[in-house]
Amino acid sequence: MTDDAMSRPLTAAIRPGAPPPGIADYRRSGGYLGAAKALREMTPDKVREEVTAAALRGRGGAGFSTGRKWGFLPKPDGGDRYLVVNGDEMEPGTFKDRLLLEGNPHQLIEGVIISAFAVRASHAIIFLRGEYVLAAQRLEVALEEAAAAGLVGQGLFGSGFDLDIQLHSSAGRYICGEETALLTSLEGRRAIPRAKPPFPQTSGLWGCPTVVNNVETLCNVPHIIRHGAAWFRALSRGEDGGTKIYGASGRVRRPGAWELPMGTTVREIIEEHAGGMQDGYRLRGFLPGGASTEFLTAEHLDVAMDFASVEKAGSRLGTGTMVILDDRTCPVGMLQNLEHFFAQESCGWCTPCRDGLPWTERILEAIEDGRGRPEDLDLLAMHVDHLGMGKTFCALAPGAMEPLASGLKYFRADFERHIAEGRCPWR
Amino acid sequence: MALTDQQIAEITRLTSHYRQKSGAAVEALKMVQRTSRWVSDEDLGAVASLLDMSPDSLDGVATFHNLIYRQPVGRHVILVCDSVSCWIMGCRLLGDHLRRQLEVQWGGTTADDRFTLLPVVCLGACDHAPTVMVDEDLHGEVTPAKLDQALEGYR
Amino acid sequence: MAVTLTIDGRAFQVEAGDNLLHACLSLGFNLPYFCWHPALGSVGACRQCAVKQFRDAGDHAGRLVMACMTPVADGMHLSIEDGEAKSFRASVIEWLMTNHPHDCPVCPEGGECHLQDMTVMTGHVRRRYRFHKRTFRNQYLGPFVAHEMNRCIACYRCVRFYRDYAGGQDFDVFASHRYVYFGRAEDGRLENEFSGNLVEICPTGVFTDKPLGRLYARKWDMAGAPSVCVHCGLGCNVTVNARAGHLRRLLNRYHHQINGYFLCDRGRFGHGFADLPERIRQPLRQSHPLTRDATLRHLAGILPAAKPIGIGSPRASLEANFALRQLVGPDRFHLGLAAEEQRLLSLIIDILQKGPAPAATLADAEQADAVLVLGEDLPNTAPRLALALRQATRRQAFAIAGRLGIPSWLDNAVRDAAQQEKSPLFIATLDATRLDNLATAVFRLPDMEVARLGYAIAQAIDDDAPKVSDGSAEFLSQAQVVAQALAEAQRPLIVAGTSSGSRAVIEAAANLAWALCRRGRAAQLSMVVPECDSLGLALMGGGNLAEAFAAVDAGAVDTFIVLENDLYRRAERSAVDACLNRLRHLLVIDHSSHQTAARAEIFLPAADFAESDGTLVNNEGRAQRFFSVRPPSGGIQESWRWLRDMAAVRHEGEPLPWRQLDDVTAACAKALPGLSDITNAAPGAGFRIAGAKIPRQPQRYSGRTALHADRTMHEPKPAEDPDTPLAYSMEGAATKPPPSLIPFVWAPAWNSVQAINKFQQEVGGPLRGGPAGSLLIHRSRQARRTYLGEVPRPFAPRRGRWWIEPLYAIFGSEELSRMSAPIAEILTSPTVALPPADAARLGITEGALVELRLGGEIRRMPATLHPALPPGTGGLLAGTPESIGLILPGWGEIKACEGTP
Ligand SMILES: Cc1cc2nc3c(=O)[nH]c(=O)nc-3n(C[C@H](O)[C@H](O)[C@H](O)COP(=O)(O)O)c2cc1C
Ligand code: SF4
Ligand code: FES
Repeated sequence: MTDDAMSRPLTAAIRPGAPPPGIADYRRSGGYLGAAKALREMTPDKVREEVTAAALRGRGGAGFSTGRKWGFLPKPDGGDRYLVVNGDEMEPGTFKDRLLLEGNPHQLIEGVIISAFAVRASHAIIFLRGEYVLAAQRLEVALEEAAAAGLVGQGLFGSGFDLDIQLHSSAGRYICGEETALLTSLEGRRAIPRAKPPFPQTSGLWGCPTVVNNVETLCNVPHIIRHGAAWFRALSRGEDGGTKIYGASGRVRRPGAWELPMGTTVREIIEEHAGGMQDGYRLRGFLPGGASTEFLTAEHLDVAMDFASVEKAGSRLGTGTMVILDDRTCPVGMLQNLEHFFAQESCGWCTPCRDGLPWTERILEAIEDGRGRPEDLDLLAMHVDHLGMGKTFCALAPGAMEPLASGLKYFRADFERHIAEGRCPWR
Repeated sequence: MALTDQQIAEITRLTSHYRQKSGAAVEALKMVQRTSRWVSDEDLGAVASLLDMSPDSLDGVATFHNLIYRQPVGRHVILVCDSVSCWIMGCRLLGDHLRRQLEVQWGGTTADDRFTLLPVVCLGACDHAPTVMVDEDLHGEVTPAKLDQALEGYR
Repeated sequence: MAVTLTIDGRAFQVEAGDNLLHACLSLGFNLPYFCWHPALGSVGACRQCAVKQFRDAGDHAGRLVMACMTPVADGMHLSIEDGEAKSFRASVIEWLMTNHPHDCPVCPEGGECHLQDMTVMTGHVRRRYRFHKRTFRNQYLGPFVAHEMNRCIACYRCVRFYRDYAGGQDFDVFASHRYVYFGRAEDGRLENEFSGNLVEICPTGVFTDKPLGRLYARKWDMAGAPSVCVHCGLGCNVTVNARAGHLRRLLNRYHHQINGYFLCDRGRFGHGFADLPERIRQPLRQSHPLTRDATLRHLAGILPAAKPIGIGSPRASLEANFALRQLVGPDRFHLGLAAEEQRLLSLIIDILQKGPAPAATLADAEQADAVLVLGEDLPNTAPRLALALRQATRRQAFAIAGRLGIPSWLDNAVRDAAQQEKSPLFIATLDATRLDNLATAVFRLPDMEVARLGYAIAQAIDDDAPKVSDGSAEFLSQAQVVAQALAEAQRPLIVAGTSSGSRAVIEAAANLAWALCRRGRAAQLSMVVPECDSLGLALMGGGNLAEAFAAVDAGAVDTFIVLENDLYRRAERSAVDACLNRLRHLLVIDHSSHQTAARAEIFLPAADFAESDGTLVNNEGRAQRFFSVRPPSGGIQESWRWLRDMAAVRHEGEPLPWRQLDDVTAACAKALPGLSDITNAAPGAGFRIAGAKIPRQPQRYSGRTALHADRTMHEPKPAEDPDTPLAYSMEGAATKPPPSLIPFVWAPAWNSVQAINKFQQEVGGPLRGGPAGSLLIHRSRQARRTYLGEVPRPFAPRRGRWWIEPLYAIFGSEELSRMSAPIAEILTSPTVALPPADAARLGITEGALVELRLGGEIRRMPATLHPALPPGTGGLLAGTPESIGLILPGWGEIKACEGTP
């Protein structure tokens, strides 16, 4: 066992630019041992307890405890159950799942096997966004290899547990990543989110009990089972177990994604791993975990990137992939770009999101183009207020308001200058 | 143009993965699109009947998704990421360049039917921003010059 | 169970299990909403119904919740008036308005627009959005519904009604984000027979009543009257609107046991027959107009010496029929029905009165957890019942949802949880029906086999039921499957009726329901009858047409007084011709013209349903009163008044001492014990609220002087209405009338049809003042225990002959609606339907001309191939000019013939 594999379990086997490990390579480095252990030596409940004890929190953005989520499933009644892998990854600034999908598909498959066993789901579906063509091809190959090796199908590892894993490639639309919209989409309908309750665990895909987990979340599971919850927790520098794939994009020297201990500071990520800002650019702020998280600024560089710390700083860990705003980029323009995305990706179901986001976008556009009015700032504030959590049907619109709310807070002077001067100072 | 036997067989295979045939809706439309480039009304109707769906409800699904084309597109589709990281890294210049170079607007198809130009949301390659996807190939760290060169490869 | 809520500091009791919006509206609060509908449930899309919920009395921050998505809970603390809630609700309107075109002045919905009402309710007044609005192309959706997508506020009600509730396949929502588009994949007529409800379901002006648009008036400029649909036997309640003497439109009138919130398109758009340009408005003698005096003089010359028979009508009111009966005397009163139909109707009454299974209301039918349909193509013969059964198949979905703790009103969640699971529905008919795709199993059988199936099922349920001794093993095992599903249900429903003309089918249905009752099930029967007063007429009793013809033949009769009836629709053409040829006098009273009327010596123009009043009895035996919305014009008067006038000139016998409708109703109730309750169907003419009549015109009714300005500058005095408690004016009591007298729904702040909330005891429940109408059929206490009839012999195909049964079309089979312009536009030409294999043997292809010989009649028309038809059978669209005068079902000969169709 290399040090790497013990400290960077998710990515140790991933070599950028090279094809992913085949099943033989994967097995040689201990792959599928976790699955064998779980299915041969553990009960589903034991697997779930281990994952709960590992303090694994969902990597899809909301950060819910994975073990607890699995615990909400009703007792098996002989009917179908589903495990659905959320590989939609469409949140701007986020590129971690692609790394795992393309870099080591067997790791995900093993995670799926163990997790499906834990929730007693005999069907697993990997939902991939349509643009992830390479990931789809590599997963397809890996699934064939796994099937040929008897790792999916009937009676896995001699356990009497059956599992089929199916790949579903979608065709665009960010809302498909919202877990209930994803299920609706898998049923061949328009990807409109569902009301919760009922939660997917009680009534999910085709009305059956269903668990939806993010790609990165599930990739952690084999390692937890192999090395134990205590080991997993020890990987982290904070309360949340494990490592995290952090990323940085924007005007940094070396944009990229790195697997680091959970709780690594922002400064370490930006300065050490991303190599700091490019020459001539200074950091003005950053979205810590993708487009739907609140801006933080230079004063937050020492915040640890774990769920609780980022929340304390006034934002969310989200997907853990940061987008960096530099001093030569207009924050109003950036927000317009973000709101353009959210307005366009609204599913069109609920009023505030469908009609409020386009308005927000247009106001920002007007300000950016020098057509802003002082009262526009009140209108933006009204939207921030009225598109908050609970007021819209799903979390898309509240997510859209996070960068805007914080942008109005940290960059208010920039807004005012746009309006006062009737132009964008950066143009 | 009706569906080929092979397409019908493929759709039938896809539907077998789902508890109800409708589950294969998006994949079936994409499959048709792989050969026909876009989904005509006629093909949509044919797919709908294979999925036990009404054409209206399948079209409701088709038009929901931005990667299902309900209008003819060129031989190659250029998807230019316009999301935040690529925006910071200058995707607007790329868009302007392409529109000038290809003499099309967003959503348009070149006169020689070679390219259709579309914006797309974050391609999940922000570390290589700005990014462009041509058909199924991802291009990172794109500049106008690199893009011109890359497009040469698509006839 | 009741729970206690605190709303803005006041405590209220509400029913547990409701959602907050339902509860708040029922308590009388004006809480705005769009996507929610009492019949469609909650989906939480529009976010308009936000209220503040507090953790407890001490919590002052609270959080916004959508009332429609929140179950009530005991001890809940809420605020509707909370500042944040109010400002959020105003924002929702402001957002909706970013794309709405603000075209109220030219929008047909203006003045009865839920969006207008909600806008005012939230207090949003100033427009702050200054950017472009999105625009759409509109679609042609057929002759019923107009489309203006720019007005859309994307509440999703249309698609939820059309696709989810009514099962329409040709309508959906397209695209996404702010471009969501509600319409069809391509332009074309909306195929679902409930499309007209979009007009009422849509909270703004996207879907509007197209015929109304041709001759438009605002809601407040139209007089309204409560009425009853005259286009089938279900008795759906409708509101009729008129202005300047023209019928403008028909709307649903809520009746919680019958039509609820929805009507079929035949009912909604069938009224055009009343305003045809060619309508006869003067008495005619041999087709020449006559003054009233001359007419009466002429009648005085005929009647005293005549030996008349009165021929009544199942589409005329009880009062009109009774007047005729009084004019000619009970012995000379004939129902105007074929003998067989009359026998079937009497049988139905007998079954409902004496058997243990009661008649189901449509609301009951909706609650049935297993249904068997015997011999009725419901979407065509009783459309609103088909819609109810569509909901009945969802009982299973609600059960599944209930097990998962999902409240029944959480609509999408219920559908997601239940997926395709449905409660049992079995359909046994000759040809395919539009309900088949919901059915657990369908059986394609000729009528006697349908009956045999019913008998076999009854036998499988109860050993004592008559035995089908010669059924195949497969047949009996099919029956066993159905029997099991019905016997496992708590509230099974058996549907049958007169459509296939088979006594055995009706008897089998009754036996089956009774067998279920014996097994302790609360089984109900739904008996479909063809016309709006079929059952009333049968309750009245009288001779049948065959007897009338025989009396003419025998020379005992030389005059027919035909009331609102076309005899050619009731008997073989040759028989009618022969009879009419022998008569000395044919006197016809009707509002519409037809082949019998064309032969009348004297034609008396009768008032239609919109200019007269009377009582109709629906298929469950419920007497309901309909009211005029306009006074009769020209030489037109109510049928009963013509008959009274005839009695006055017919020296022998008593003149009829009737001055107003109530006199006729009361006389009828007195003379006929079975009809004694009809006086309770609605309050009589003397009914007053605070001493005043109920105005038909809304208080804002405008242009009264201008309406007549081309003729006179003076506003004419409003017409008197001696017959009803309603007035032809805007003066009168503004308070809420009892349910049977509601001329239009309006309440302060509620100008749209959704104002009905304010008339209900609780939202979606009975109207305040109890259900309108009175039930005439009461189950006798000693319910019959013996089974009916005998098992018919199996269907035996005949060489060279086909068993031709009537087929029905929602548009085309019914006499009056087919004359209505928007319906006439979509009628298809009739065909002979044949099984493809039989047709092939005859060398007949789709569309080829064939000759049909049936009884003494010959018809030529194109053939259509119906794959569902069993071999040896065929079908013919009933009620069309080409098929009337044929007696169906019957054995027909079919052959290919030369020529093009
Ligand atoms: C608009 C929207 C988009 C989302 N997109 C994704 C996504 O692409 N991938 C993902 O894993 N989770 C996404 N989520 C979060 C999922 O709803 C869900 O929380 C997650 O898949 C659960 O997995 P986890 O518990 O493993 O994190 C999205 C949520 C919202 C509201
Ligand atoms: S917030 Fe509303 S409109 Fe937006 S994506 Fe969610 S459900 Fe759809
Ligand atoms: S009525 Fe409650 S959200 Fe629409």
